[in-house]
Amino acid sequence: MGLKPTMLKGRAWLITDDKGKLIDDIDTDMIFHNAHLAITDIKEMGQHAFGNLKGWERFSKEAAPGDLVIAGRNFGAGSSRQQAADCFVSLGVQALICESYGAIYKRNAINSGFPIMEVHNLVEIISEKLPIRHLQVITMDIDKGNIYSADGNQMILKGQPLYQVQLDLYHGGGLLNFKPEVKA
Amino acid sequence: MKQTIIEKIISNHSGKEVKAGEIVWMNLDYRTARDFGGANVVKHFEKHFAPEAVADRKKTFFTFDCNVPANTIPYANNQQICRVFAQNQNLRVFDVDAGIGSHVMIEEGMVLPGGTLVGTDSHLNIFGSVGAFGQGMGDQDIAFAFRYGFTWFEVPPTMRIILNGKIKYPATAKDVVLAVLGRIGSKGALGRSIEFSGNVVESLDLSGRITVSSMVTEMGGIIGFITPNEDILSSLKLLSGKYTLQPVHPDKGADYVETIEMDLSSLEPLVAAPPKPDNIKKVRDLKNVKVDSVFIGSCTNGRLEDFKIVSNVLRGHKVKSGVMLKIVPATKKVFAEMLKRRMIEELFEAGAIVSNPGCGGCASGQIGMTGKGEVQVSTSNRNFRGKQGDGETYLASPAVAAMSAIRGYICAP
Repeated sequence: MGLKPTMLKGRAWLITDDKGKLIDDIDTDMIFHNAHLAITDIKEMGQHAFGNLKGWERFSKEAAPGDLVIAGRNFGAGSSRQQAADCFVSLGVQALICESYGAIYKRNAINSGFPIMEVHNLVEIISEKLPIRHLQVITMDIDKGNIYSADGNQMILKGQPLYQVQLDLYHGGGLLNFKPEVKA
Repeated sequence: MKQTIIEKIISNHSGKEVKAGEIVWMNLDYRTARDFGGANVVKHFEKHFAPEAVADRKKTFFTFDCNVPANTIPYANNQQICRVFAQNQNLRVFDVDAGIGSHVMIEEGMVLPGGTLVGTDSHLNIFGSVGAFGQGMGDQDIAFAFRYGFTWFEVPPTMRIILNGKIKYPATAKDVVLAVLGRIGSKGALGRSIEFSGNVVESLDLSGRITVSSMVTEMGGIIGFITPNEDILSSLKLLSGKYTLQPVHPDKGADYVETIEMDLSSLEPLVAAPPKPDNIKKVRDLKNVKVDSVFIGSCTNGRLEDFKIVSNVLRGHKVKSGVMLKIVPATKKVFAEMLKRRMIEELFEAGAIVSNPGCGGCASGQIGMTGKGEVQVSTSNRNFRGKQGDGETYLASPAVAAMSAIRGYICAP
């Protein structure tokens, strides 16, 4: 079985407030409103992503497969709804880059095999240096944690490389599909 | 490398030296599921892993405790699904008569210092009371753990909570943990491992340590360790037949993200007022809070030692007319001890409703829910809106609960 790519190139959605600061504490109800919790088919989830996040309700209509989502601290705070992670997978979003995640959200995302990266001080870096413009194409190396310009020549940000567990589950297609004998 | 308790335990189970923040595959000494979550575990297993066997049938089993015996058809169906799977895989089932799974596991000598255990119980971290790493997980994670015998975990950072002083009855272990909740709040230990120390915890017996460790979840914590003393180590050796047990001590110079020190020498009886477990008030500051019902039991306060206190408070008295007193011992073994000592008789004579062991007082209201306007005193660990019914729940110690049942208002002996 071939391994999946570890260099992920796509448009970077900077989820910011009206002052240009990355939004913190985006909870699972803002990501995926509880009105839609009966949805279990992943194909139906994407349309509701960020549907309850003030200012970003248009996200699911404008996002395209390959996009990357960037947000602040404690992303995915709150309940354990799996849809809050899977709605991004449903839209073809390749990965999340945040300063930190809610613990349950983190576990759900990792178990889905969905790449999530942490960048120390991301909120401050984006506010002060703006190394990435909204919807700029970037390349993230999930093995090494580095984030580059589109052509891969200029390193823009240094993130936390994904742990072996995350890579195993990413390559393995999620927890219940992962076959430990063929660990990446 | 200088390590905290959780860093050592995870290192010992993952084949590498780990530090807080790392995400690693971790071997599991025991993998369990309850009637809550168990049927979904079975469904995931059968969909993704059948016809394979579980990794180790001696380390994999079910504990039914949430809705026992089943009082709804869905629960009855779920229990049956688990039983059939257990039969096919030749796994043990601690069935509807056994009691609270976490307590049963301790009694069976499965929970030992430095061990790792998972299940579908968010209070499995109660095992910190004997220095073991217990953790509740979702049904997908447990199905994977059943199949392979390991899981993954992010090594949490550790905080120290040092509790000094000597507590005096009527203050008890429950008041200790309520005081900590009052100090650090429901997010005070968010995502962290706690190492409890100080002469207050060192003087607690196993039931008191269970009480303290059982409310780490309500502080947002992952686990709260209390290192076993010689007495507890001896009991564990007897229960398990493993006579070379050693507790896991943290290294001097290990990294702690925070240290909280509290002097509990003037600790007095406390309650957690509705609707949050960290809404702490002194019992003596509550004036004439009329009580309609009292529940004594749960994984927090369901042991023999808790009921001994209750018996002592109730001796010579009766439950006030119009007040319900509901008793649920943690396990069959506790119930058996209480029968032998005629405590069940005493409680019955005093006017209590005594029910079968399990999670009845908290989960799915086996011992009854509260109605709108009903005020309940409970020895459990959660009092969120709607948790035990439409009424309001105050969390308290068995001593306060028993006294409140006699007087009909919240008070301490």
